[in-house]
Amino acid sequence: MSFLEVLYFIVPSAIFYAAPLIFAAIGGVFSERSGVVNIGIEGIMVIGAFVGIVFNLFTFDVLGNFTPWAALIAAMVIGAIFSLLLAVAAISFRADQTVTGVALNLLGIAVALFSVKMLFDGKGQTDFISERFPRFDVPFLSDIPFIGPLFFQDIYGTSILAIAVAILAWFVIYKTPFGLRLRAVGEHPMAADTMGINVTKMRYIAVMISGGLAGIGGAVYAQTITGDFGHATINGQGFMAIAAMIFGKWHPIGAMGAALFFGLAQALSIAGGSIKYIQDIPPVFLTILPYVITIFALAGFIGKANAPKASGQPYIKGKR
Amino acid sequence: MSNRAINILVPIISVILGLIVGAIVMVVSGYDPVNGYIALWNGIFGDVYTIGETIRQITPYILAGLAVAFAFRTGLFNIGVEGQLIMGWTAAAYVGYAFEGLPKIIHLPFALLAAAAAGAFWAFIAGFLKARFSVHEVISTIMLNYIALHISNALIKFWSGTDRTEKILESASLRSPWLESLTDYSRLHWGIIVALMMVFVMWFLLERTTRGFELKAVGFNKNAAEYAGMNVNKNIILAMTISGIFAGLGGAMEALGTFGYVSIKGGFTGIGFDGIAVALLGANTPLGVLFGASLFGSLKFGALNMPNAADIPTEIVSIIIALIIFFVASGYVIRIALEKFKKTKEGK
Repeated sequence: MSFLEVLYFIVPSAIFYAAPLIFAAIGGVFSERSGVVNIGIEGIMVIGAFVGIVFNLFTFDVLGNFTPWAALIAAMVIGAIFSLLLAVAAISFRADQTVTGVALNLLGIAVALFSVKMLFDGKGQTDFISERFPRFDVPFLSDIPFIGPLFFQDIYGTSILAIAVAILAWFVIYKTPFGLRLRAVGEHPMAADTMGINVTKMRYIAVMISGGLAGIGGAVYAQTITGDFGHATINGQGFMAIAAMIFGKWHPIGAMGAALFFGLAQALSIAGGSIKYIQDIPPVFLTILPYVITIFALAGFIGKANAPKASGQPYIKGKR
Repeated sequence: MSNRAINILVPIISVILGLIVGAIVMVVSGYDPVNGYIALWNGIFGDVYTIGETIRQITPYILAGLAVAFAFRTGLFNIGVEGQLIMGWTAAAYVGYAFEGLPKIIHLPFALLAAAAAGAFWAFIAGFLKARFSVHEVISTIMLNYIALHISNALIKFWSGTDRTEKILESASLRSPWLESLTDYSRLHWGIIVALMMVFVMWFLLERTTRGFELKAVGFNKNAAEYAGMNVNKNIILAMTISGIFAGLGGAMEALGTFGYVSIKGGFTGIGFDGIAVALLGANTPLGVLFGASLFGSLKFGALNMPNAADIPTEIVSIIIALIIFFVASGYVIRIALEKFKKTKEGK
């Protein structure tokens, strides 16, 4: 393959693999900005993927082309409800956020597999969906030479939605009163409380937004990449989203950039065998690249990444 | 009620709540919880074979639990037990089959040491990153888990060309024909002795040595420990490394005892994550870990009997375990409830 052909192949598939990560990473940004560490994103993505696939399988007779989108909404709602478990335990019951997140991960995969076995007569995975997200060319833009085939031909609507959500998240977090409150609660909850902001309410909202977005991320992953749901469907995507959030320095646009980069690494590790130079690199190096880079980012080799100050601590009124 | 009684009551209440909610889930999903729990019980204690297998299942849980608990006691959250365990498993399997002609008295300890060293090294990385670059250990160990999984898979492929290594040699095996014949040919092996020894080692280290005191002190209050002249960074690295030794040995149990080889994995074993549950339930004490591991190990193995005997998916037990973690983590509320209960009683 020529260099240009490689580019035309790799860039779209990088965006394709990045889309679910963008949703989940932005979700992580919301919750951590409010001071709640959400390790449970993986579990919520699993639930999202499960809900997306099951909803798709059972409603495509009625909804037709619209099915995958409706499934996204269903996954968002269920994801937000599921994340309430984290919110209640970590915010109201003052439980350790990381431990609760781990429990959420265990619970997510267990509930999903339990339900799959219940719904599909003891089988470990669902059937394949017949109604996937369609690919399409963006009118006019796809005719631009070079940029057209790179970004605007044969793309998924979900990829555009992901990028739109990232920009929207940036606007909400940095340009609205809500966003200012969100950040204040995550940096210094006591000061925010003194100024009359309801810390508990803000954190509940943030965790539920993160749950909804992670649910969407899971449903997008299942409905674009795998096409069914089983025990290994999500397999670490949630943790990679957390990695993207950190690498993106808790900033929505940064998280999107990091997710795109990780998408590139995933695309290369899957398709690298057919590309010159890349095929000489053992695929394992490309597979572990996102994780290694995250560690380097945290160690400060790629600019210092600082978490929101109060992230990880329950807020107890009157406690200094 | 004394504080101590409450500390013991919280995990017990959590387990009971977990089992009750589990029963509710079964009822809602249209299964019979009584049949389910009977099947679970028989899956654990049904006959000598299941008892042998249950003990086998408990063995790595003890070590994973010790690893998490030890880190917790020193103020660190080691989510990386899973990765350290995989590295230990891989190292033990390699040493187990690659070094021919060694007598058992050398080969077996050598394989165990290799597993401990591999786990320790993997945890050391996270400890070093925390001490030197203040990288939070939760994130670094999560990342290291995935790196371990993929590296282990690549190594297995590289060594064997297939998706699993050769069987380990007899001289490195923890298997025991005597234990097997005793338990109707279950896979029970000597690893349980290793695990019990490590329970003692952790207790001794934390409660009877100066080093253990220092590690705990750093866990309680970093600044106070530093003010008292302890080297906090050194203790962080050491604590992580020791935690990794327990985790690596947990991997050795699978390599040298249960399976006798290591195969390419599509995902995590789950033992490391369940170790968090074990440690939490056991309040991070060695003896508590022993009880926690016995409970979760039994539940996990007993669950395998549920699809056949009661037609209920095994995942119900994973749901129950996750719920128990929730309840233990939310112990604050249970504590409040207990104290209210106490007060109303005193009021009367």
